[in-house]
Order: sequence, then C-alpha cells, then structure tokens
Amino acid sequence: MANADFEGRVYPADAPYSVGREKIREFASAVGATHPAHHDLVAARGLGYPDLVAPPTFAVVVAQRAESQYISDPVADIDFSRVVHADERFVHHRPVVAGDELTTVLYVDRIISRGAISMVTTRCEIYAMPESVEVPSPEADTPGEHVATVTSTLAIRGEDA
Amino acid sequence: MSRPDIANLAVGDVIGTRTVTFDRAALVRYAGASGDFNPIHWNDKVAEGAGLPGVIAHGMLTMGTVVGLVSEWAGDPGAVVDYQSRFTKPVEVPNPGTAQIEVTGTVGVIDADAGTVRVDLAVTVDGAKVLGRTQVLVRV
Repeated sequence: MANADFEGRVYPADAPYSVGREKIREFASAVGATHPAHHDLVAARGLGYPDLVAPPTFAVVVAQRAESQYISDPVADIDFSRVVHADERFVHHRPVVAGDELTTVLYVDRIISRGAISMVTTRCEIYAMPESVEVPSPEADTPGEHVATVTSTLAIRGEDA
Repeated sequence: MSRPDIANLAVGDVIGTRTVTFDRAALVRYAGASGDFNPIHWNDKVAEGAGLPGVIAHGMLTMGTVVGLVSEWAGDPGAVVDYQSRFTKPVEVPNPGTAQIEVTGTVGVIDADAGTVRVDLAVTVDGAKVLGRTQVLVRV
C-alpha cells in the first residue's frame, strides 16, 4: 500500500538532463519514428527547429528519472514488482529539441488506495534551463522555459490483489 | 512533406491505419533507449511471478509507437501538443514470435480557431483494445 503521507509532496528542480542528438535518434528508432526531423538536422531546421526534434513521448525518459526520486524511496512503500502503468499524458508547451538542458519539478498529486490497490498520480513539470545556468536555482520562480508537463498514474497491487 | 488542410477535414474522417509489429528485440531496444529496465519486459520468469502470462511490451513503447501515424500525417512531429492514453490491457510478446498491433486514427474534434485537430487512436491486438482513450491533439 503506497504511503499516503507522500500526497502533495514536491521535489525541487533536479540535476539537468542533457538532450543529445544520438539519444533522440536512438529513442526515435526504438519507437519506429521515421520522420526525418528526428534524424536529420537539415530536415529539422527546415521545419523551423533549432536542432533535432524529440518524438512526442521522449519526455518520458526525463520524467521517469525525476519520478524515481519518489518511487525508489523505501518510505514511499511502492513495490515496483507489483506496479502496472495505468495512464500517461504529455502536454508539450514546445517540442523537446537536442541541446535542451531539462530540469524537472516533480509533484505527487494524488495517492488513492481502495481495497488492495493503490493509484498514484505524479506530475513532472519540465523546464529548459537558460544557457547561462548550469544548476537550477532554488530561489528562481521557475527554473527556465516551460517545455512539457508529464502526468503519469501507476497502479500498485497489494499482496492479496 | 504535405500537411493536412483543416478546412478539408471532418469529424469521423479516418486519417490512416497501420499495423505495428513487436518482437522481443523491439522490447529490449526500447528498454535501452528509454532507460526502463523493468524485467517484466524481458524476463519471462519475473513476468510470470508478477502474475502476467509472460513478457509484455512497455505501455510506453506501444503509446510511443502508435502516435507515429499522427505525427507523420501532420507532417511535423513537433506539432503534437497534447497526447494521452490509458493502458487497458497488456500486450503479450511471445518468444519466438511477434505481437501485431492494429492502429486506426480518426478525427475526433476540429478547432479551426485554435488550428488544432484531435485525432483519436483505436489500438487493438487480435480485436481486443489494448489502449483506451488515446487522444492526440495536433496543430495543423
């Protein structure tokens, strides 16, 4: 049973994730995304992007890294061997592109337990840090340009479910 | 690459269909590319121990793959502004063998003022729905 005390918890901007061209190409190939804007710099720039464009679900790589701060905390009591993914949503304020330095603020929005099943909803607010900044500042109102919001719900089955 | 013209679209139009095939190698490749190494996606014993019939595809692999139908139709993968799905039924991937996923995209909502179209994806394996409420909002 997921620890309900974690509902409402906020994890501040994490260490930046550097979006690389080869990672975008690798991820695009893994999801069968053949559009040239994922692979070819000239094609991406032809569409008006500064660099290779990440596929629509690429932000999950960044989000999962941030979510692990919560999921892997033993006090949160999430047995990963009993987790199934229930739903996922990506809202792109702008596309992720190669060269982005992304930092994520993680919110544990909702923890609901019914019977032996817990449903846990997390939200990752992903920001591109300005080029001049290497480490997110805890004092800043926002860590940078808002790039994406990734909302994810996990279902955790209890021992007798 | 041509872009769809919003004036020529109607709710209910089918934008396209495709069949996507996953084998175990596709799952291993996605695990590496995404960093999701949950063993239920590559180890039968662990999957069975978790109460599954065997190794299943990452929900995010299915979600990440089927949206290609829409981004190619839109002509610009950066035009996808909102994309959501529910994982309603696991996709079993046999060994050896493949899982065949059928995808159909239908125009669900047209917002000419905002310049956006919502494409709804029907995603099935052997006629059974594996993703629910799969909606892709694209700028056209």
